[in-house]
Amino acid sequence: MISMKNFKLLFVSSLLCFSLGAAAQKFTLEKSIVKFYSAATIENIEATNTKAVSIFNAATAEVAFVIPIKEFEFEKQLMKEHFNEKYLESEKYPKATFQGKFSDFVIKEGEQRAVAQGKLTIHGVTKEIEAPGTISMTGNIVTAQAKFKIKLEDYKIKIPQLLWQNIAEEVEVTVEFIYKPQ
Amino acid sequence: MKISLIFSILLVGCMFAKAQDDLLGDLEKLEPPSKQLTTSTFKGTRLVNGQSVEAKHKGELEFIFAHRFGRINDGIYELFGLDQAYVRIGLEYGITDKLGIGIGRNSVDKTMDGFLRYKVLQQSSGSKAMPFTITAFGNMAIRNSPRKEDATFDITLVDRISYTGQLLIARKFSPKLSLQLMPTIVHKNTVDQTIENNDQFALGAGGRIKVSKSVALTSEYYYRFDVPDTNPYYNSLGFGVDIETGGHVFQLVISNTRGLTERAFITETTGDFFAGDLHLGFNVTRTFQIKKNK
Repeated sequence: MISMKNFKLLFVSSLLCFSLGAAAQKFTLEKSIVKFYSAATIENIEATNTKAVSIFNAATAEVAFVIPIKEFEFEKQLMKEHFNEKYLESEKYPKATFQGKFSDFVIKEGEQRAVAQGKLTIHGVTKEIEAPGTISMTGNIVTAQAKFKIKLEDYKIKIPQLLWQNIAEEVEVTVEFIYKPQ
Repeated sequence: MKISLIFSILLVGCMFAKAQDDLLGDLEKLEPPSKQLTTSTFKGTRLVNGQSVEAKHKGELEFIFAHRFGRINDGIYELFGLDQAYVRIGLEYGITDKLGIGIGRNSVDKTMDGFLRYKVLQQSSGSKAMPFTITAFGNMAIRNSPRKEDATFDITLVDRISYTGQLLIARKFSPKLSLQLMPTIVHKNTVDQTIENNDQFALGAGGRIKVSKSVALTSEYYYRFDVPDTNPYYNSLGFGVDIETGGHVFQLVISNTRGLTERAFITETTGDFFAGDLHLGFNVTRTFQIKKNK
């Protein structure tokens, strides 16, 4: 039988456990913008995606996101078609994902620099990446921004030879996530 | 002792639970069940001679230049048909992502054609998946040959007009394989009733297999129903290779027909495919984005 004293301790420890859980405050996306830009000789290609989903755990500085490939919008519809059909093969690999952590992140008001480190999966290929960015916390809202370059070759994205001059071998990706508490 | 044990087990257990946090797993739960539209069933708006389910996107203008040489079995004198050429020049514009309008001129029978295309259903995967893409196609064509004075009877504009209605039903089975069925009706206002009917029904079937990211093999066949025994025409059969480079699609074809309007190739194909009455040809399309997306 558990005595009253023991029961109290048990109660306190469970409370402690719950509060630890609460400190692990998770944030989900309010708004997101993922862009990529590729500069090439014939035409520059730019696309924007606002359909990403993400979770940010402020207590552990862990972050994860999923980007639906088919939701990238281009200036020209034909670019979108080729992007999905020829390069990213979005029917086979519908999502790009990231799971990682912001190093040097501390919970505090205002802006701070942080580096996102983790596993980025595109086109079915997973690579360790590091992306420098900023995180700013104002009240309940967390804004995270990062910019990084990806080499198409690293993710086995092959460019048909007839098209090589249209596509840069490296594209610049910008992500901006605005979070609110879950 | 006992108490501190329980305490530490609880604490460790709860730390462990935290470490087990799988954010990507959590995300899967957050994601709304998505419906993904299946796109690029075919590379072009033409399969071989006839239409595919593909419509132009909103604000896109396609210029199509199609061309059939003479018969290969005409031999060396005609340089295997290369001395002759039958051309169709056409334009198609996407009013919306579903509704398209087009015009064209085919040198075979000096035909002018105008058409509308409407994507009724789009294939999708995910929740509430739709297995097919269905496009309705309708055209009107005016055959401007022969001249009034050369005609065997008092020919009027009405006599020169024909209509085509088609339902194009396609499924992209995999990124490589797409198949299409085309129930078709062709109505000709005036015909020689000893050899053909005013209303002619046909069922087309075709498909494509991608051999690389930019190259695909295509085929298309139209079977005609209730053909009178006296009818001199053949069912049209064609094969092609699609090559896509940026804004262009090149379709290299071989077929027993030289006409490029539905009336001509579905109901008036003159060549016997298996006797070698074959025409080489190509369709070249160039797509321009007239109105920018957003």
